[in-house]
Amino acid sequence: MDTTVARSPILPTPETSFERPNYLNAEYGWKSWLFTLDHKRIALLYLLSVTVFFGLGGIFAGLIRLELLTPEGDLMGPDTYNRVFTMHGIIMVFFFLIPAIPAVLGNFLVPLMIGAKDLAMPRLNLASWYVYNLGGIFTLWAIVNGGVDTGWTFYTPFSTTYSNTYVVPTALGIFITGFSTIFTALNFIVTIHRMRAPGLNWFRLPLFIWSTYATSLIIMLGTPVIAITILLVAAERVLGLGIFNPKLGGDPVLFEHMFWFYSHPAVYIMILPAMGVVSELIGHFARKKVFGYRVVAFASVAIAVLGFLVWGHHLFVAGESIYSATVFSVLSMLVAVPSAVKVFNWTATLYEGSISFQTPMLYALGFIGLFTIGGLTGVMVATLGIDPHVHDTYFIVAHFHYVMVGGTIMGYLGGIHYWWPKMTGRLYPGFLSKLSALLVFVGFNLTFFPQFILGYMGMPRRYWSYPPEFQVLNVLSTAGASVLAVGYTLPLCYFAWSFKYGKKSGDNPWGANSLEWDTPSPPPTENFYTTPVVTHGPYEYTREGVHNRTTQEANFG
Amino acid sequence: MASSPLVDRHGHDVHGGHASRRHPAHQFDTMEQQKESSTLGMWLFLVTEIMFFGGLFTAYLVYRTLYPAAFAAASSTLNVPLGALNTAVLICSSLTMALAIRSAQVNWRKGAMIFLVLTMALGSTFLVVKAFEYHDKFVEHHVPGHILNTPFHFVLEDAREASAIAKLDPDYQRHAEIFFSLYFIMTGVHATHMIIGLGILAVLLFYTRRGKYDSEYYNPLEMTGLYWHFVDIVWIFLFPLLYLLGAHLHG
Repeated sequence: MDTTVARSPILPTPETSFERPNYLNAEYGWKSWLFTLDHKRIALLYLLSVTVFFGLGGIFAGLIRLELLTPEGDLMGPDTYNRVFTMHGIIMVFFFLIPAIPAVLGNFLVPLMIGAKDLAMPRLNLASWYVYNLGGIFTLWAIVNGGVDTGWTFYTPFSTTYSNTYVVPTALGIFITGFSTIFTALNFIVTIHRMRAPGLNWFRLPLFIWSTYATSLIIMLGTPVIAITILLVAAERVLGLGIFNPKLGGDPVLFEHMFWFYSHPAVYIMILPAMGVVSELIGHFARKKVFGYRVVAFASVAIAVLGFLVWGHHLFVAGESIYSATVFSVLSMLVAVPSAVKVFNWTATLYEGSISFQTPMLYALGFIGLFTIGGLTGVMVATLGIDPHVHDTYFIVAHFHYVMVGGTIMGYLGGIHYWWPKMTGRLYPGFLSKLSALLVFVGFNLTFFPQFILGYMGMPRRYWSYPPEFQVLNVLSTAGASVLAVGYTLPLCYFAWSFKYGKKSGDNPWGANSLEWDTPSPPPTENFYTTPVVTHGPYEYTREGVHNRTTQEANFG
Repeated sequence: MASSPLVDRHGHDVHGGHASRRHPAHQFDTMEQQKESSTLGMWLFLVTEIMFFGGLFTAYLVYRTLYPAAFAAASSTLNVPLGALNTAVLICSSLTMALAIRSAQVNWRKGAMIFLVLTMALGSTFLVVKAFEYHDKFVEHHVPGHILNTPFHFVLEDAREASAIAKLDPDYQRHAEIFFSLYFIMTGVHATHMIIGLGILAVLLFYTRRGKYDSEYYNPLEMTGLYWHFVDIVWIFLFPLLYLLGAHLHG
């Protein structure tokens, strides 16, 4: 492509890339990291924090699966179990799934993908990382003191009146962390509106940017509502108010409405960025323009909008009137339309594509399969006929893990694998990474598919023990969780190794065609040597591009 | 923009006052782009604020619909003249805030300082009046919850009215407690925003005194103005909802 973009003239000789100044070797010392305003460094800081919380949430998940290995409560009693699954949910939802892709990949990529020097508000960006950690510390403090047992949903009046655990510090932790997501989302919207490189119009934006934009909209509109809700819960608990307490004239269902007004869209905060990542991966590894680019882009926005109109499907058995339940049911099924549009368009992109099964692509393909199962079971539970039957069973648990873990974490890992050379200028071991993708896929299905069956047979969620006839499936699930744990630990090890010792990747190991690869890897602090002028979309692959890929693939091993 | 990367990297160089007046921060190409970005950012922040207060307004709406009689009775015990006074005070403070921005735009530094001080004085007046109102509520045992030694106690002086309301809503005392819970949380969150606003105004006053703002660069003043007006508008909604709605039911 002959644009004024500062394409590196030394593309095929990776050895030289580390000699150049880049954002990693620009400054040294802990101060250069803790006070950095560089979005790329902040992304790495977030990567670190988010990984710590993922590990922590994973440990709690492991404890849950261990306890459920046998029907009896032999590892822990009900009180401990309640705390364990609550902490698993809170940490995974608020401290991993919601921030993971936007704060790590989004922070790193948004300015690079739009040809900007940084986000519009670098100091706000750094502040968001500190605020995130502050919220995390509150929550960790609550855990160390004994945790919370309300479930991540904080249903009232149990959370406000009867629970004897550390509800208030945890609630404050979530309240504080909410600010960090709002800061990040606000920054993204302003940046995408105001900082695009010359020539980069809305329909030349990578689909990751579209989905990040849609995600940011949800964050901006939803997070304040959970903030006030959780503040009301804390106030009610500390001051003894009765807003959500039926004994004092309050209405606990109002809490459920306010909670799910945020927490259902929050599911789309988790899945939309992963969809954006997958759109990138599918386009680049099939060497094709993403089929129906505009429709995929608008589908993200449609999901963001529709996502705000469906929260009532969490209340089908909470005394919601049949009329509003019907409306919520229909609206919930409508979300399947833009979601399916995406899945079909990804599949159509693969058709006659020049597909290469590199590690990121394996994650992307895994995403499509798992998300489809998660999404289709979502349509099932959106129906008024099925939901009362499977409500609060393992069917629901399996459904949302297929979306959150099978969707979001697959997308997140695929994205990290894809952009790792961009972030560090290093490659990771090809065989090990493919093995990890396989382990994650197999382990995931082994963990959660049995839970569909368990739930359909009637095993309720959130119990520490179960009737013996459920044991076989639970053992399968626990076995799958151990495979999954290995699959998640492997990348942690080889990424840590690769950061220092990995083979140098060169600027564009994938031969990709979008803007973020048009600058050295790792990029210089100011991202581009000269402001790029964009003349085409992100997925325009030519014959030359295909040729380029094959040589690079050989290089990758 | 072909500034050297070395200068760009030290973001804090352009963070302070004087450097940013003539040059945009390192991530921007022009001052105009910088101004557009902060304006958009501020409006987006106000959107989140609307959603934040929106949750409270929703809760109010739900309970007012559930317990109209109790809410009207509880509402009638609030001090309408003080609330009206505070409304006037806040509207005036919005005017002085706008005049402070205007003064900076026409390079009248002293005027900007005077109007900022006036804005802060009016904001503080609001908080003092609010404190008196809160005090009245303490005295009347209208503070909900169990943090005080004196429990919540709501009786209507007029026995005829009390029995009329009891007929409509037998549990009206408990429901009045919900009204006061919402009253304290809504006005409390609003007052918190006022206090934060006063803090920002103090910082602005400091920088105005040092001559940071003039006709070329007055962005922080304008953004704070947006915030201040927003907080005013919230009160414009709170005042009728809490003080006036249903008051006519009590002749």
